[in-house]
Amino acid sequence: MRKASVFSGMMVTFLLFSTGAFALSADELMKKSQASFLYPGSDFKARVMMKLISKGGQERVREMMMLRKNHGQPGGEQKYFMYFFQPADVRNMTFMVYKYPNKDADRWLFVPAINMVRRIAAQDKRSSFVGSDFTYEDISGRNLEDDAHAVVKEEKIGDRDCTVIKSTPKAAEMEYSYKLSWIDKTTFLPIKEEYYDKKGELYRVFSADEIKDVKGHPTITKRSMKNLLSGHMTEVLFLKVDYNVGIEDSLFTERYLKQPPKRWIE
Amino acid sequence: MTGWGRMFVFSLCSVLCLLSSSNALALDFSLHGFVQGNYSLNTAGDNPDGKDFKWSEERAQVKLESVADPFRLFIKGDAFYDNIDTHSILELREGYTDYTAEKWDARVGRQVVTWGVGDLLFINDDFPKDYEAFFSGRPLEYLKKGVDGAKVGLYPGFASLEFIATPYFEPNNYPDPKRFWMFDPMSGITNREVEDPYRDLKKAETALRIYRDVAGFDTSLYYYRGFSRQPSLLPDNPATPTKLTLFYPELSVYGASLQGRALDGVLSLESGYYDSRQDKNGTDPMIPNSQTRYLIGYQRQLWEDFTVGLQYYGEYMSDYSAYVQNLPPGFPQEKRLHQLASIRLTQFMIHQTLRLSFFTFYVLSDGAYLLNPEAKYNLTDSIWVAFGGNVFGGGKPWTQFGQFAKDDNVYGQVRYEF
Repeated sequence: MRKASVFSGMMVTFLLFSTGAFALSADELMKKSQASFLYPGSDFKARVMMKLISKGGQERVREMMMLRKNHGQPGGEQKYFMYFFQPADVRNMTFMVYKYPNKDADRWLFVPAINMVRRIAAQDKRSSFVGSDFTYEDISGRNLEDDAHAVVKEEKIGDRDCTVIKSTPKAAEMEYSYKLSWIDKTTFLPIKEEYYDKKGELYRVFSADEIKDVKGHPTITKRSMKNLLSGHMTEVLFLKVDYNVGIEDSLFTERYLKQPPKRWIE
Repeated sequence: MTGWGRMFVFSLCSVLCLLSSSNALALDFSLHGFVQGNYSLNTAGDNPDGKDFKWSEERAQVKLESVADPFRLFIKGDAFYDNIDTHSILELREGYTDYTAEKWDARVGRQVVTWGVGDLLFINDDFPKDYEAFFSGRPLEYLKKGVDGAKVGLYPGFASLEFIATPYFEPNNYPDPKRFWMFDPMSGITNREVEDPYRDLKKAETALRIYRDVAGFDTSLYYYRGFSRQPSLLPDNPATPTKLTLFYPELSVYGASLQGRALDGVLSLESGYYDSRQDKNGTDPMIPNSQTRYLIGYQRQLWEDFTVGLQYYGEYMSDYSAYVQNLPPGFPQEKRLHQLASIRLTQFMIHQTLRLSFFTFYVLSDGAYLLNPEAKYNLTDSIWVAFGGNVFGGGKPWTQFGQFAKDDNVYGQVRYEF
């Protein structure tokens, strides 16, 4: 009898713990998702191939090397360094971003034709990144505290069990009224995102089309963003992905913006 | 070819041979470039020599890069055919070798250097410029001329430092009087000679920039010692001149700049003191007096893909009373404070393949202006076209932009880039 009560006590404790573990709050889940989507590794590199595809099927290619380094915990400061291969008129241009969690980013652009480094005004994080359907915020992340998050339902996408989170911007002037994110329960990566406009109509869809494991970090290596209003879409491939490659702090300076080191540009 | 030119080509060839012969080094080689057409048609009247075009050329550029760490060789060469003067020219735009070490680097050869935070306003960028290119509707990169010299960068950590020594002086290029109507205070005297740009090693120009982050602002200090790149006129006889010598007076510049995020945009501040070393007390009427120059710039994104940039710029003349007292009769008198403002509007459209821009200089002191609207469209990822115009006017006919009132032009550029 005593044995049984100890056993049932353990069962209760286990159940309590396990329900605790599985019932992550929406905020906690989004935090985990941010860490796994935008912050894995101490640093990261990838050759990014973007295809901008118009409604009529015309394609434009934007190809760049993307290097990222974290400073502190997930959700904290990050530095980005980008080198452009294509199109030809931006070849050799480099672009650097210091991203801060609670204030506007610092951005610098290097124009090789006149050997000039300039800061660029970039307050609008919802601006398109290099003309694609991705915004700056889609690339480097949105401050989680700018939205109210709530769990809506659980749903399977393909063979992935996902939790669907509704994120509603706290600021009134946002171009979308809310976003639904399908967060994979195993990898915490967003498998799909849907953006709804002020009338509540779906107009923009993100989809993670291929996920690979790189050094133990599940990584979205193929993704797309489609604008349902314009019919324009952008497909992105991440090639030569690697983590913890030892990117130096000094890379993120004017010196290397002007002369990107060959060993990082491949 | 000049002695320097021969030396330069020789050293480039040596480096190229060295790079290509050393099989042990991993050699990384790339070739890019473009072909382009560039035409600028008068809209306000013919050129002084009667022609219709300010610029008309077909041009090809080759960019050659070869890397064998820690060396890098870069050559940018242009070949073009000028339809106005009907001749073809080869031009070495840039050609240099880089050496990169952990805490320092060096670049030797012809190179473009751009300093300062102004938008088309240069205070501490005392390197040669081609204003003819700018006013003729050529792509912006042709505003900057290369300098033949050596640059050393030092990166000890607490700050970064760039030092440039240029043994061979290169003046600015101003519009050709056959193509542009311009003010000339001594137009009656046609016997002119140019004092050969300095080829004396002892007179090498030096420039220094020290920069670092200060409280989130990109902060730079500058020093330049060399010569004014705008010629002064020296008459053989001040009372009844028969001959003019164009020369480049000695100049030093001391300055500073700041650029950073402020007021939901980017704020830029720059200032420089122009020390006119050959006219210390301002009494020589043929040499510009010392000046203090400054600018305030503010750039902000107002909505998606639309940016506005505003600038206010001033030049304040030192020893103004000495200038006024010594000004020869008949010469237009400059104001003590020369001020101008600029506005730049840029809107990207169609997934950033179309760029509409509008730039204007407005001289607050005399009402002269320059307007430059432009549309650039990327037809494909490798072909773009641009159309624009330069409209000058206002002010007195001897002022900075007022003198170009008959030089309005519309231009077209088309480029295939590979």
